[in-house]
Amino acid sequence: MYAQMVKSAGTGVKSREEMTEQERAFQDKIDADIKIEPKDWMPDDYRATLIRQIGQHAHSEIVGQLPEGNWITRAPTLERKAILLAKVQDEAGHGLYLYCAAETLGVSRDEITEMLLDGRMKYSSIFNYPTLNWADIGAVGWLVDGAAIMNQVPLQRTSFGPYSRAMIRICKEESFHQRQGYDAIRKMAEGTPEQRKMAQDAMNRLWYPSLMMFGPSDKESVHSAQSMAWKIKINTNDELRQKFVDQTVPQAEYLGLSIPDPDLKWNEERGHYDYTDPDWSEFFDVIKGNGPCNVDRLAARNKAWDDGGWVRDGLLAHARKKRTRNLAAE
Amino acid sequence: MTRDEAFLQFLLRMGDNSLILGHRVSEWCGHAPVLEEDIALANTALDLIGQTQMWLGFAGEIDGGKSADDLAFLRDAWDFRNVLLVEVPNGDFGRTLMRQFLFDAWHSIMLGRLMKSSDERVAAIAAKASKEVTYHLERSGDTVVGLGDGTEESHARMQDALNYLWPYVGEMFASDDVDAEIAKAGIAPNPADLRAEYDELIGRVLTEATLIIPESRFAHKGGRDGWMHTEHLGHLLTQMQWLQRAYPGATW
Repeated sequence: MYAQMVKSAGTGVKSREEMTEQERAFQDKIDADIKIEPKDWMPDDYRATLIRQIGQHAHSEIVGQLPEGNWITRAPTLERKAILLAKVQDEAGHGLYLYCAAETLGVSRDEITEMLLDGRMKYSSIFNYPTLNWADIGAVGWLVDGAAIMNQVPLQRTSFGPYSRAMIRICKEESFHQRQGYDAIRKMAEGTPEQRKMAQDAMNRLWYPSLMMFGPSDKESVHSAQSMAWKIKINTNDELRQKFVDQTVPQAEYLGLSIPDPDLKWNEERGHYDYTDPDWSEFFDVIKGNGPCNVDRLAARNKAWDDGGWVRDGLLAHARKKRTRNLAAE
Repeated sequence: MTRDEAFLQFLLRMGDNSLILGHRVSEWCGHAPVLEEDIALANTALDLIGQTQMWLGFAGEIDGGKSADDLAFLRDAWDFRNVLLVEVPNGDFGRTLMRQFLFDAWHSIMLGRLMKSSDERVAAIAAKASKEVTYHLERSGDTVVGLGDGTEESHARMQDALNYLWPYVGEMFASDDVDAEIAKAGIAPNPADLRAEYDELIGRVLTEATLIIPESRFAHKGGRDGWMHTEHLGHLLTQMQWLQRAYPGATW
């Protein structure tokens, strides 16, 4: 998942006594793992929070095309170019499923797109970092998709039916992307000294931004409790981050790449790796719009939307004409 | 010219068309007017790159055991054999889709004939590619109609695109010694023989799109024989071939 710091609507988790009868029945369904479907009654705050979360995830898929597209025209072999094209196509497809899931909550794709374009809605902080060498493409697949999967696998069990079903499809494709990413960076790590340098450089730049993908630490994560009660969020940020670190460290060792964290070490007692948290002040800067690529990414999306206006209008006008002609012929 | 020399040129022409157009279409990634178009453009580019692997893979075997990647990434502009149409810059979405349509129409007719090639491998590649290109043509044709017969602005942009691209159409039907040799061997049709069917096909779609085909039959040439490409091809190759050129001998 690419949703971070999704602000839960409402004032916090209500106790059963504070809930209305309708709210209690709703919470009972969630507690019994019965999916909520679009036509079911749901609290306004549940709906609003889900729109933010699904929207942010969808936008991330769309903006995420940009750092990868940055290398499509420079992919070093026909096969790598084909793999990258297929991946970007899958991601645009994920965006489409997610916008459809959001539409079932009563917000149109155009409305939610405009909220991205004018900055009212966010996308994952990771896509505000640049892809500077070819190994970044491998690292994005391995680390970024790896972190996304960590988040998305539990979300297959999320309480909102359309979101859960979209996640099931998305997870299948994401795990394929992650394997391809690992294969691409492995080739670099096992390659010439220059290729190894590219792989290490990618690791150095993308390690902490990948850890940031899980959102701020639990101590500072103010929106989690309500989302967890609603099963919109299944695990805490720190749980998932730890799981990601534990999974990734042995893979990096296998590749012979060093993780840019001198304090990273196995903690026998905890049964986990100890690691250094990312610099959260950098994270909050990126979220506020001060990441290395925020301005350019949003400008690229705005330009695509503005330049495409005549195309959308043209196709719509044609569809209307056709309908009128068909009606006249009947 | 020997049959093998002519055959190599023919395979390079097919492969380079797919490669260069696939590359151009891939430049759209993340910048299309609607999400469905982002998906469709990536899909089209992907199909074309897949076809490139087959055509250039075959060409490389004849050309002294080179790989498709050797041919794609290590030749200079004068060795490319694609028609000029596919190397012109994308322009706006209208020009990209018009270029796609004008090429798809030729491509689908050509592949249809190649499925009956005397060379089994050519026929097999054509059969696979033809399925994909049938879909490309349907999509680009529908879009050209939708935008041609859309708003005043979309109509004007599509007519501009057609006017700009029209002088690049004729080269797809040029015939030279290579074509004569290949046609004689029953490997491929003589391109000139496809023109009537092409004119009929695009005439039907462009009429529905309320667009006017320019009267001039003037054709820019020089791509498919490598005599004189556009200035654009060098820039495209600079980008596409950069890693292979900067780090010779590395595997990726």
